[in-house]
Amino acid sequence: MIHFVVHDEHDSVGVVVVEGVKAGQKLSGWIMDQDKSIEVTAKSDIPIGHKLAIKPLAKDATVIKYGVDIGRVVAPIAVGEHTHVHNLKTKRW
Amino acid sequence: MDLKKSTFWGYKRENGRVGVRNHVIVLPVDDLSNAAAQAVENNIKGTIALPHPYGRLQFGADLDLHFRTLIGTGSNPNVAAVIVICIEEGWAKKVADGISATGKPVAYFGIEQHGDHDTILRASKKAKEFVQWASEQRREERPLKDLWVSTKCGESDTTSGCGSNPTVGNAFDKLYPHGVTLVFGETTELTGGEHLVAARCRDEAVRKKFQFMFDRYQQVVEAHKTNDLSDSQPTKGNIEGGLTTIEEKALGNIQKIGRKCTVDGVLDKAETPTGPGLWFMDSSSAAAEMVTLVAAAGYTVHFFPTGQGNVIGNPILPVIKLCANPRTVRTMSEHIDVDVSGLLRREMSPDEAGDKLLDCMFRTANGRLTAAEALGHREFVLTRLYESA
Repeated sequence: MIHFVVHDEHDSVGVVVVEGVKAGQKLSGWIMDQDKSIEVTAKSDIPIGHKLAIKPLAKDATVIKYGVDIGRVVAPIAVGEHTHVHNLKTKRW
Repeated sequence: MDLKKSTFWGYKRENGRVGVRNHVIVLPVDDLSNAAAQAVENNIKGTIALPHPYGRLQFGADLDLHFRTLIGTGSNPNVAAVIVICIEEGWAKKVADGISATGKPVAYFGIEQHGDHDTILRASKKAKEFVQWASEQRREERPLKDLWVSTKCGESDTTSGCGSNPTVGNAFDKLYPHGVTLVFGETTELTGGEHLVAARCRDEAVRKKFQFMFDRYQQVVEAHKTNDLSDSQPTKGNIEGGLTTIEEKALGNIQKIGRKCTVDGVLDKAETPTGPGLWFMDSSSAAAEMVTLVAAAGYTVHFFPTGQGNVIGNPILPVIKLCANPRTVRTMSEHIDVDVSGLLRREMSPDEAGDKLLDCMFRTANGRLTAAEALGHREFVLTRLYESA
């Protein structure tokens, strides 16, 4: 069973693709471009479609998804933690 | 799917273009003519009125776009014949003349000096004639290259970027070598991935034109923004669905143009492409505006990937919706034509998902109604550039 997918192995985040992920749950991920597997323990409850960090991210670090910059970290993020508007912001506009 | 000998059944129009629908439309040039247009639609079964709120006191480039969109809509090969109604006969004639360049039946009516009653009576008589004529048009077998396919996504979430948008990309990569005319757009929604689109442009001239359109739209955002657009782009729905930044949304969006096709040309809003290949159209990222613009450019089938569940349709352009979010597929199933949620469970390959979409495309082109058509979604939304005079 796949709980989350990652576009590229260099990405900092994955996307939860099942409903009802709870903190403490062991999650299986699929890295799509390289067709590899990855295991992460959820640090937060994460809704379907939302991101979790698969690498530790310090404040002001750049978040990578699709192998490309998608914004900057505004509060430190641990592996398995929900990554969204409370800790990640655009670098544009 | 081997598309080498693929064909579809369409309506060959007087100018050689091929439509997949056979609509008789009643087109108001301005807001004041909506009532008469809708009365004609009510009188004559089989017509569709396209009411909208604009058309008065526009000027310059905004007025040009208004006319280009109305004339383009009437000229679309999914339309068999057109009734044009305007408060002033002169502008009704201007739009009708533009459409009649295609050779299709067009009639125009001005309301001034007649009133609604007489206009509705005269227009209804003509509309009845057009509907009966159109009902005798027959579909014929046509090569795949006669199909024009547009794409724009909406209410996207992260499943769009890993499921439904790459499915469109897979289908575009398969259609492109067969001379199909393709288009994508959504200018601000490329922000953060514009360098990837620029790198896909066929040559320096196309790249320069793309960059010009991109920069022009960024200037509009810069001139009017009051914050980082974090309530608008991404939208509340996008954020609810897990998308966080415009860059992330853009990178998901760009999956729709696949991995192989090159960007062969750049179009202004509602502008008609001059040959096959993949075109970029400068356009709003608002669903109904963008779909209205590509319909006016002459596109005949639309791929609309959604994540959280956008319900959009268009009066003349069949909008095929595909979705990879299992929750949306479950809760909004009546809106979804192609379920590709299996992609995220690894039960379906991107190639299989692309084929499933293409199968739906052929069935839709051959006459099967989309979910949006069956549900009566006819969003016709004109893009405005600035205030009226």
